Amino acid sequence: MADVVLKGVSKRFKDTVAVDDLELSIADGEFVVLLGPTGVGKTTTLRLIAGLERVDAGQILIGGQDATRAEPSQRDTSFVFQQYSLYPHLTVFDNLAFPLRSPLRRLPEAEIKTRVTDIAKMLRIDDKLGNPATRLSGGQMQRVAIGRALVRRPNIYLMDEPLSSLDAKLRSELRLELKRIQHELGATILYVTHDQIEAMTMASRIGVMDAGRLVQIGRPREIYENPVSTYVATRLGQPAINLLPRALLGEMPMPPGTATIGARTEHVRLRKANGARSARAVSGLIKWVEHLGDQNHLHVTLGDTDIVTLADPDSGLDVGDIVAIEFARPLYFGADGRRIAG
Amino acid sequence: MATIDVTSLHKSFGSFSAVKDSTFTVHDGEFFCLLGPSGCGKTTTLRMIAGLELPTSGQIRLAGEEVTFKPASQRDIAFVFQLFALYPHMNVRQNIAYPLKNIGMKREQIASRIAEAARTLRIEHLLDRPVNGLSSGDRQRVALGRAIVREPAAFMMDEPLGALDAEFRHVMCGELRALHDRLKATTVYVTHDQLEAMSMGDKIAVMNAGIIEQFGSPQEIYDRPATMFVADFIGSPPMNFLNFGGALTKGAREIAIGVGTQPVPELRMDMAAADYVLGVRPEHVQINDDGPVRGEVFGSEYLGTTQVVTVLTEQGQVHARLGSDVPIKAGDRLGLSFRPEKLSIFARDTGRAIQTALHDAARPAGGPR
Repeated sequence: MADVVLKGVSKRFKDTVAVDDLELSIADGEFVVLLGPTGVGKTTTLRLIAGLERVDAGQILIGGQDATRAEPSQRDTSFVFQQYSLYPHLTVFDNLAFPLRSPLRRLPEAEIKTRVTDIAKMLRIDDKLGNPATRLSGGQMQRVAIGRALVRRPNIYLMDEPLSSLDAKLRSELRLELKRIQHELGATILYVTHDQIEAMTMASRIGVMDAGRLVQIGRPREIYENPVSTYVATRLGQPAINLLPRALLGEMPMPPGTATIGARTEHVRLRKANGARSARAVSGLIKWVEHLGDQNHLHVTLGDTDIVTLADPDSGLDVGDIVAIEFARPLYFGADGRRIAG
Repeated sequence: MATIDVTSLHKSFGSFSAVKDSTFTVHDGEFFCLLGPSGCGKTTTLRMIAGLELPTSGQIRLAGEEVTFKPASQRDIAFVFQLFALYPHMNVRQNIAYPLKNIGMKREQIASRIAEAARTLRIEHLLDRPVNGLSSGDRQRVALGRAIVREPAAFMMDEPLGALDAEFRHVMCGELRALHDRLKATTVYVTHDQLEAMSMGDKIAVMNAGIIEQFGSPQEIYDRPATMFVADFIGSPPMNFLNFGGALTKGAREIAIGVGTQPVPELRMDMAAADYVLGVRPEHVQINDDGPVRGEVFGSEYLGTTQVVTVLTEQGQVHARLGSDVPIKAGDRLGLSFRPEKLSIFARDTGRAIQTALHDAARPAGGPR
């Protein structure tokens, strides 16, 4: 395993800037997740590191060596794609062993056997090693695809939404396992996803991308609690953070330049309005109570903006109630969407 | 608008029973969700109500009128499918107008219906656009538009949001529910996504292998699952199942599990010694060094407000939803106890809930009767 550093990396496709002056360093043994919606340059970044695309500007260092112009094979990275592509005519064992049997590597068969069995055990497919690859469930196939990457000890594992083709239940199982395996192997992983749950639960650090740029990078908790902009703030948190225009909030004190305040659902305090006015509270109308079992989401209308808050199922609040709303620990953002200290 | 009464509905395809003896009522103006995994019979049920499939036996009444064997065209129902089947050669307006033209409605009336539907769905600006260039969300709105212009007695929706990505699906859930609140039309909605059903439904019927396992409000089903199947299907992460054994005594207020005892809602029936399962929602798990269940932390998932901690115990794997500020790491050994008043107990062999004080508070759900 090795550290990977990107310095001022840019990549254009005709008129589109896919990656724009990207600075990113991934420490040895770190699990970094690049998060962002479709089309922000996450996958391109992976492909640039793997050498499947050439950079237009900037430098890529792998293990301290300049790899900017190196061939993919010289970079020694291992790629896991979104769609599992297994060799249908081979067994699970042979699929897993395939990368190790490359003429470039010439590993003894006994060594191959040990590595394949170890990884299969880790991924809990060791009882399936003799099966043809096609006679597996979707989840098992994707485990084999991940396993095929993991049998090698490359400089870095590059993973492009490897769990997104799986159903919700399997995805949550594999999230936890992938994190555990990464920990056990001390693997360096750069992982790309648009799924905030995957990012929050697995990453040592999350890098949030917007239009080819890395706009913030930090531990999941930092990104969640201290976003630098409204863009980053809306990437994490379910339901999404409430963003309210200043004009709705009347006399509430806030730092100069504030255009929008952000309040996470858990920081919105509601009580039934009793007529008494307070500068810190504004009033709204409960429009819809969304029952999610463990909690209710209350959808409250404030002027022409809707906010969502959490409430205990037995809070007694219901549709049609007028409520006083207070915001604990609000975040302040300027007109350009950037965070203002306050 | 209309009430839908389904009585002893049964459908066989050859030797396979897709729907077995289903009975339920969808009240006027209700948003009713049929929830279950693929192949459970939910779509077949919907298609029988719509008249796209004829039942093997049983009865369907729409607004009091018996329609069991009437063709779809004679039932005042609109259907919305998962795949937005729009006519590609027509623009948005023509697509929405189509069902009205088909029944020979006057042109002025069609125009006013379209204007109203477009306003409701906020697609007025799209009316003259071809449907090809539209985003998937807009296409789905057009498909809904085509259903609502007819002002039918009821809507049948078959996973209408299934093809959308997760984030957008949630937005559309909100929109659909808001639309329902405005139109107040009786709606039967089929989904395999428990979150969709929980967040939109007034009532949910959870189906498994052709049978309605439970019927009730979302909260009722979440708090008092009738079977282990329902308990496992609803909630994310789902309910935890912890194994224990022995006899259960009516009136008892605790059970023996792990290295001690766990208080539970007072038992309402005597049960012979057998294998039982304690059902615990993740948010009702408490870390407690004196707790009866002991285990080792396998991992923890940070989710912002909360974290989900996975603990391996001798009684089974436990997911606990805890505040994200509770310090916990993989490998920690700890004890667990559970919030007594919220616990369910199931018989392992049948998977059915054992009656306890938990069920005293249950409101009669009205079905399945």
